[in-house]
Amino acid sequence: MKRLGSFVLAAAFASLLAAAPARAQEKLEIFSWWAGDEGPALKALIDLYAKQNPSIEVINSTVTGGSGVNARAVLKTRMLGGDPPDSFQVHAGQELIGTYVAANRMEDLTSLFKSEGWTKQFPPGLISLLSAKGGIWSVPVNIHRSNVMWYVPENLKKWGVTPPKTWDEFLATCQTLKGKGVQNPLALGENWTGIHLWESVALGVLGPEGWSGLWKGTLKMDDPKAEKVWETFGKVLDCANPDASGLSWQQATDRMLKGDAAFNIMGDWAAGYMATTLKLTPGEGFAWAPSPGTGGTFMMLSDSFGLPKGAKHREAALKWLRLLGSKDGQDAFNPLKGSIAARLDSDLTKYNAYLQSAAKDWKSNKVVGSLAHGAVAPESFSSQFGTVMEIYLAGKSPKAAASAARAIADQVGLGK
Amino acid sequence: MRWRRHTRHLTGFLVVLPSIALVGVFVYGFIGRTLWASLTDWGKDPSQALAISPITHFVGLDNYRELFTGIIDGRFRQDLVSTVYFTLFFIAGCLLLGLVLAILIDHKPRAEGFFRGLFLFPFALSFVVTGTIWRWLLQPGGGVNQLPTLVGLPPGGFGWLTSRTQVFRFDWNHLPVIAGVLVAVALAAVAAVAQRARNRRRAVAAAAATVAVVAWTVGAAPDIQPLPFPEVHGFNLAFLGILVAAVWQMAGYTMALYLAGLTGISEELREAAVVEGATGFQVYTRIILPLLAPITLSAMIILGHISLKIFDLVFAMAGPDNARTDVPALLMFITSFRGNQFAKGAAIGVVLLLMVALIVVPYLRSQLREGAQE
Repeated sequence: MKRLGSFVLAAAFASLLAAAPARAQEKLEIFSWWAGDEGPALKALIDLYAKQNPSIEVINSTVTGGSGVNARAVLKTRMLGGDPPDSFQVHAGQELIGTYVAANRMEDLTSLFKSEGWTKQFPPGLISLLSAKGGIWSVPVNIHRSNVMWYVPENLKKWGVTPPKTWDEFLATCQTLKGKGVQNPLALGENWTGIHLWESVALGVLGPEGWSGLWKGTLKMDDPKAEKVWETFGKVLDCANPDASGLSWQQATDRMLKGDAAFNIMGDWAAGYMATTLKLTPGEGFAWAPSPGTGGTFMMLSDSFGLPKGAKHREAALKWLRLLGSKDGQDAFNPLKGSIAARLDSDLTKYNAYLQSAAKDWKSNKVVGSLAHGAVAPESFSSQFGTVMEIYLAGKSPKAAASAARAIADQVGLGK
Repeated sequence: MRWRRHTRHLTGFLVVLPSIALVGVFVYGFIGRTLWASLTDWGKDPSQALAISPITHFVGLDNYRELFTGIIDGRFRQDLVSTVYFTLFFIAGCLLLGLVLAILIDHKPRAEGFFRGLFLFPFALSFVVTGTIWRWLLQPGGGVNQLPTLVGLPPGGFGWLTSRTQVFRFDWNHLPVIAGVLVAVALAAVAAVAQRARNRRRAVAAAAATVAVVAWTVGAAPDIQPLPFPEVHGFNLAFLGILVAAVWQMAGYTMALYLAGLTGISEELREAAVVEGATGFQVYTRIILPLLAPITLSAMIILGHISLKIFDLVFAMAGPDNARTDVPALLMFITSFRGNQFAKGAAIGVVLLLMVALIVVPYLRSQLREGAQE
């Protein structure tokens, strides 16, 4: 009797397995790290997709963890195991190119970009960040800005200072504020926010050409100019709170809002936090300026989706990518996510005051990519940049940090 | 008759065959695969790191050489030092606290069962839960640092997980000398014990080995310079936060081990000692602690391999990027799955395995030998 039962079970299981491929045509598996606060934005996209393609079942494979810390590890094991999702989220630029394009795991999307007219709809600076080896490799959904300095207008008025335009001005303002009893004028958070601050300093010191040169390999990491970045960075750190590594980025922003600090340098997801979570009015409760020395430059990072080779549902994935790049898709997603559309023709009435100002800059500014968020350097470099930071913090020697950065850049073949 | 015995053996073999096969593939097979990966250049070339079937080359011990003597792998060396210090303090803390708690409970206070449960409960939590709780408590501006304000003192400012202070520092280039001294001391201790146990042959052998190691330490070791520049490592005070949480979690477990040992010591023995005129203190130092020695050894093995492999607690408390509290297991994860340096990650894994084996294998051998003697 028992044996018969297990036989029936096995037969049922086998028929299940046999039935699966027959229905596989109507599925789409998308892989992302958008959960929690970002979940509704993803859901808006999925709903839109379901409306356009009612016959396709969308499987939402989300792995939680900010900035994809866990999702990227899961994705790697899946890719290594030969089981790619149909389309996956990845930071646009070298995070994708240095890892998966280099390994010949992605499909070239140039023809899709041409047929959809995206080569004209996205700014050329962005297209060049997405391109490598003669192809374009992912569809950007949103744009965030990294080089933003946040402050509370009322507090600055109280202290009698204005947002500094260069790092030298910043350091002078910092001394003024310390004289007025603001112990740590710059609010800083845990480790990655330090790298985030570093890229604003580097962009300010080197300018957009110098910054891009670092990643193309035309400006070496241990060049005297690059060493100067570490020098300035050290002085800027003297203005920041010493307990930084114990704080999340939100806690650092809170310190600026409470008036314990005057400035906070953070990507523009901070605007989403202040406007949506804390219900502050953009321009009154908080205000913004480009990080010192980086006016006229837009340091961007972008979430994008690519098409891995061997995707099980390629046609459905292509439809998904078409939706992501479309005006409808981008304007459904971005107001909820708190970012701007990568396209230049988005409907600005759907966005709040901060995002409208960011969209204006996006159209007029020079575009460069972010290091801390995967746009300009491959993972083999960016994952070791924390070590460089440690070397600097341990010895406070710009030379040691710069030569360590050079050693890692040489090891991973940066810019080749 | 004979045929039947034969089938019995065969069934026995068939019954354990699946587990032998599974353990063979999923434990030893994967260890072998990792060992092999650590001897290749998998990950050095980005075009092969995540290729469908990566082409890798055998590079011998290059990855290990880089880890121990490479310019940019200072983080690994610091992690190694951290994990050794952490293991020492963690074992000491758990043993001491566990023993004190066990002795207190052994005195049969009122509500003995309640206290036993109370002290054992943290062990029931997962390290991730413990880590999250203690992360909140040890925030720079909150929790533990606010405690002094309850009695009117200014709040503490210690960075439990973020302090940049290092103590017990040494230069990595002095490591051969330090290792030589430690080995010499250990061998000398073995010789002394053997001498006392009147095992002449072993005593002479150990003494000879001691002399050889001392000679090497004085003569050759100072010339071995792993790095072309001084590199100072030490115990990061930021680990104190992790230690507090880890000891909090595991001390109750150690207490339970000791309690089991204490109940095994017969009442007659204690009474006899008291009748012979031993004070309460002497009963502990002369009778009970020596009898608990095997338990201390087991506890050290269990705690030691937990702390060498620790990952989840540190991940939950300080995140993977807080270099002040980094450990090799975390670095292995980051190196492989963030940096795509699979070969180097595998090498770190093998180093970890060897460290754990160093603790566990002698223990297993002595256990097996005891079993065979019985």
